[in-house]
Amino acid sequence: MAIEIEQPSVGLSKVAVSETHGEDSPYFAGWKAYNEDPYDESSNPSGVIQMGLAENQVSFDLLEEYLEQHSEASSWGKGSPGFRENALFQDYHGLESFRQAMAGFMEQIRGGRAKFDPDRVVLTAGATAANELLTFILANPGDALLVPTPYYPGFDRDLRWRTGAKIVPIHCDISNNFQVTTQALEAAYEGAVAMNINVRGVLITNPSNPLGVTIQRSVLEEILDFSTRKNIHLVSDEIYSGSTFSSSEFISIAEILEARGYKDSERVHIVYSLSKDLGLPGFRVGTIYSYNDKVVTTARRMSSFTLISSQTQHLLASMLSNKKFTENYIKENRERLRKRYEMIIQGLRSAGIECLKGNAGLFCWMNLSPLLETPTGEGEVALWKSILHEVKLNISPGSSCHCSEPGWFRVCFANMSEETLEVALKRIHNFMEQRKTASS
Amino acid sequence: MTRTLLSRTRASQPDEETKQTTTISSGGTAMRVIVPLQGVVQGRGGLFLGSVIPCALFYFLQLYLRRKHRDDPNDQDDPARDPNAPSPSGSAGKLAELSGFPRNSSRNLLSPRSPRGPVFLSGRVNGIVKSADSPYYVGLKKVLEDPYDEAGNPNGVIQLGVDENKLTLDLVKEWLVENAKGAILGGGGEGEELSISGIATYQPSHGLAQLKVAVAGFMSQIMENAVSFNPSLMVLTAGANPAIEMLSFCLADSGNAFLVPTPYYPGFDWDVKWRTGVEIIPVPCRSADNFSLSITALDRGFNQAKKRGLKVRGIMISNPSNPVGNLLNRETLYSLLDFAREKNIHIVSNEIFAGSTHGSEEFVSMAELIDSDYLDRDRVHIVYGLSKDLSLPGFRVGVIYSFNENVLAAAKKLTRFSSVSAPTQHLLVSLLSDTDFVQKLIKNNRERLQKTYATFVAGLKQLGIECAKSKGGFSCWADMSELINSYSEKGELELWDKLLNTAKLNVTPGSCCRCIEPGWFQFCFANLTERDIPVVMDRILKIVNVCKASS
Repeated sequence: MAIEIEQPSVGLSKVAVSETHGEDSPYFAGWKAYNEDPYDESSNPSGVIQMGLAENQVSFDLLEEYLEQHSEASSWGKGSPGFRENALFQDYHGLESFRQAMAGFMEQIRGGRAKFDPDRVVLTAGATAANELLTFILANPGDALLVPTPYYPGFDRDLRWRTGAKIVPIHCDISNNFQVTTQALEAAYEGAVAMNINVRGVLITNPSNPLGVTIQRSVLEEILDFSTRKNIHLVSDEIYSGSTFSSSEFISIAEILEARGYKDSERVHIVYSLSKDLGLPGFRVGTIYSYNDKVVTTARRMSSFTLISSQTQHLLASMLSNKKFTENYIKENRERLRKRYEMIIQGLRSAGIECLKGNAGLFCWMNLSPLLETPTGEGEVALWKSILHEVKLNISPGSSCHCSEPGWFRVCFANMSEETLEVALKRIHNFMEQRKTASS
Repeated sequence: MTRTLLSRTRASQPDEETKQTTTISSGGTAMRVIVPLQGVVQGRGGLFLGSVIPCALFYFLQLYLRRKHRDDPNDQDDPARDPNAPSPSGSAGKLAELSGFPRNSSRNLLSPRSPRGPVFLSGRVNGIVKSADSPYYVGLKKVLEDPYDEAGNPNGVIQLGVDENKLTLDLVKEWLVENAKGAILGGGGEGEELSISGIATYQPSHGLAQLKVAVAGFMSQIMENAVSFNPSLMVLTAGANPAIEMLSFCLADSGNAFLVPTPYYPGFDWDVKWRTGVEIIPVPCRSADNFSLSITALDRGFNQAKKRGLKVRGIMISNPSNPVGNLLNRETLYSLLDFAREKNIHIVSNEIFAGSTHGSEEFVSMAELIDSDYLDRDRVHIVYGLSKDLSLPGFRVGVIYSFNENVLAAAKKLTRFSSVSAPTQHLLVSLLSDTDFVQKLIKNNRERLQKTYATFVAGLKQLGIECAKSKGGFSCWADMSELINSYSEKGELELWDKLLNTAKLNVTPGSCCRCIEPGWFQFCFANLTERDIPVVMDRILKIVNVCKASS
């Protein structure tokens, strides 16, 4: 008979046991609820509708059509560049044709208003990896990045977990529609200094997640000036740049730099990905575009921990270099997103709910503060819970995005069919009706 | 070019690591002060004072250091002052030069430096400056600039420095050309609709369940069904390199160490140490017993680490080993487990060449020993990947296989930084599920490796160069110590230089693998065709003659 002897358990690192992965927050709890009871039109019509995932499913048919017509992209038949080279290719420079295609695509999205050099494109397996990688390069453990609130909940993990870096929030509020101000930048910086924390950079998301709004030119200029004054970096996460509802409203930091003749540009780095604009998060395609040679070299070497499958690079290189396809896709995608946005805004408005005026992204920033029992974080969580469990909608509470004002929620609209969105809007309508009758 | 390498001694304590330890945490040295002080203060209140005084001193020391750090933000830019940098070396200009591709147009877009000095970059940037000088990169660059081609460039540099297997690529290609499209997107079978939504959307970052099942089956097949792998103990990563890095992050804190037998795969220096801050304690193995792993040497390494105040968290072994190609037998594996249990540390077994054995000796996986209800499951972790056995390094598929549920939980979350691309996953599910094809591939791979290995070793023997006995992997570990001028690292690097620049052969010198005996070289042969081998031997002969003439 075996005798159970208590073994001293073998230790794990602080990284392994840390909670910084953030997966215990409501942001992820809602996902869990969805996973346990997912909505399905026919088989589970009363299940939870996922509105907490910023995924773009509105333009899949365009991609399928392309792949159907261009089978050489997904195979290695005659006429396509050697399979052998592709299978063995693990060079962290990435396929040149793919880097060129990415640079060209990024230019197209910005209407040709900024130029991108393929040799400055560093490939990573997703923007998640790109943001973490940049943080490893720009900051030592204990250093901080300034990030405007509200921000994407994943940053808490991506920027801090393994890197040991800190996030110091730049507080934004509804008084000016959550825009960043020089005052707020200075306050955040001084706050960090007072805590003996070295600030290494500012990280902005433009268009913003969760606000769904592009950053104005004057604000971008202010942020760039601020970064230059403090001699720190500026990371611009532009993964939603192709998901604006009109072609003219997005201004990239690249355009600002070009207008300034690239003066002081070596502090600027852009993150991009195909997960949102092209709706291909499963492919794991991200990129760092840096104006700093040393950062490019280091990022490239570091990308060996997060390379994009050569097969995927091969497949996408031909797709993205097909200018006719990309031009049409970008235009169609924008139009479809805009229509969805209008649909959800109308639907919410008729239910008596207002949102922040948005012009980009896969979500809207909904104001439910009038519904709060108490105008506090607890009130918001209580409301979120009832929406999740009674209305069966998974939406993201503003507190998970570190919003300083309670009652705001991020609602995703592009990751479902129109029919499902109708169902969701109807449920919200009923919910609001019930509350009205209950209070009257 | 080789300045930093020449300054490294052959002592079993590498000096770069020493430099790093003393600067990594002043806490380390301070703690060693506290203990003796407690003994010094005697009498009533002695224990109390004995604890408080050193703690207070320690606190003020930290405060002082932190203040000093903060007051000079610009000094952070100077690598000489940066506590995380190893020896200061090349300037930024050198870095740009080494990046290896034309920068003409983009350079015009950069402004002159701002008057405040260059913007700060973390200590991790300096970590790569040294490596850019290493023979590994210099050789790689030469190959890229002047690659050998039988017809087009017969005088080009032949690549013998990369562990690539081209021997069975034709079989893989054949399968893919016939089956790829359907395998990725559907639309291949009858009534099957082409659908991208299945692969485009967010997937579990640690790998599709189907692929884990397929990989588990493949690993089993590779290891002749001696052990079955449980897909739920598996985490898939974008290659084996991130798998190793993730395990380093999970099993050790910054400043802790792993014991790694030498000679070892040069990439470990990056995978284990770079971003994690974890140290490697090399455990030297010797030619006298074919570079076999000895528990005595491990123990010595462990104690040396202890003396230096380094906490050892685990042992990292490679089986089959790289570059030598040794297989660890059952007895050794059991001894390793005993040792790990005694010290309460982890074992990471890198088994990436498990399917690339070319002798008659059986491969025994660590998993086989843990298969039954073993008390030590929590400390064993296996790394695998499809880059070697399946010749698909470009597709980026690595495996962490662990019996420790906490490690699995952490690793799963870490895979969001390094997941396998969905279309690739789907493709591989099909490929790996075709068991007949897999069987054919494994058999052919072994046979061709065996043949090429035998031919290569025989060729070297004819030139008077003996190789270590290898049972697996893609390379020969050759003893060229008779040909070097001085029995030292310097002599070895001089020969390496001749091989690269005169013979136009890119090989890896033993010093890159931390081998303590000078003169050993790694020749990777699995990316050569039959016709390439005589060309290689011919060129080596020329160098042999040159060396003999000058001695």
